[in-house]
Amino acid sequence: MQYDSKVPIYLQVINMIKTDIINGRITCGQKLPSSRDLAVEYTINPNTAARVYQELEREGVCYTKRGMGTFVTEDEQIITGLKKEMAEEAIDIFVKSIGELGISIDEAIELLKQKEE
Amino acid sequence: MLESIEVTKKFVGKVAVDGINMQLEPGHIYALLGPNGSGKTTWMKMAAGLIKPTFGEIRYNGEPIGIETRNDIAYMSTEPYFYDWMTVGDVGNYYQDFFKDFSMERYDYMIGQMTLEKKLKVKSLSSGMMAKLKVAATMARDVSVYMLDEPLNGIDLLARDSVMNMILQAAGENKILLISSHLVEELEAVVDKAIFIKEAHFAGIVDVEELRTVDGISLADKYRQVFAGIEVGGVQ
Repeated sequence: MQYDSKVPIYLQVINMIKTDIINGRITCGQKLPSSRDLAVEYTINPNTAARVYQELEREGVCYTKRGMGTFVTEDEQIITGLKKEMAEEAIDIFVKSIGELGISIDEAIELLKQKEE
Repeated sequence: MLESIEVTKKFVGKVAVDGINMQLEPGHIYALLGPNGSGKTTWMKMAAGLIKPTFGEIRYNGEPIGIETRNDIAYMSTEPYFYDWMTVGDVGNYYQDFFKDFSMERYDYMIGQMTLEKKLKVKSLSSGMMAKLKVAATMARDVSVYMLDEPLNGIDLLARDSVMNMILQAAGENKILLISSHLVEELEAVVDKAIFIKEAHFAGIVDVEELRTVDGISLADKYRQVFAGIEVGGVQ
């Protein structure tokens, strides 16, 4: 697994899991691996893995059933919100890099349309 | 808790470890970092009870390092320590004879996962396979402290992945893992604490995720800060 070593690992793993939830690789209500297994699967420290679940739970993306494990929320609204939030982040990055090149939003839209064709 | 109290080791004409004070707590994977010759291996050998400090003491849960603590602490040295005539299977038997806490079941499982065959002769193993074998034999012990000296040296990417996998499978709330390596980048995501040893001295301990969260720097960046000005790497 390749990580950006300057960015907190737990945030990178959270983003990977969120992306998988949005695109359906992980489905609503699905049971997630234990934090130990998550650590092995993503080659991360077990304490980082525990933090990933803590944060995802705090955001309402996951919940823990006592003695059963961690599950993805069944609340579609949260997942829709997640998609919007991540799309906004992607756009922010795009707008920033395009701005650094001195390209206006209108020009960028034009370029995007060309790309689509 | 593994505690190093004013630990000093002098060899003829050289101070290898100089007054190291530190504490290692269960539930963490520590990196032990420093250039060649900084004293990492000497410290580990003292914690393993293979050599004695000139001054100071290492304690595990309050108990001085000795015969008793050898049942709690597993150490993998950099030197190869199997006989040429041994097969991968013999290494398992040899460990089982030596250590009550050795699990043949766990050994077999890891050997299988790493596609090492039991009938292979140790002599015929590539350096990557040898590295995996050493780690498997060490991690098949059921102990509270695992110390691995340079487990990633001289092995390819795939072998590194298997070694990391074994390390992570052995980690747990009650375990202390300590890994020395020159390959700082390889440890970035796996360790949560890093100890720096600079010219025989303790030069600090950091929380690796905190470095990224608070300072926005990687462990490798921190390593360069700590060791800037002294030669890093070099010929062994």
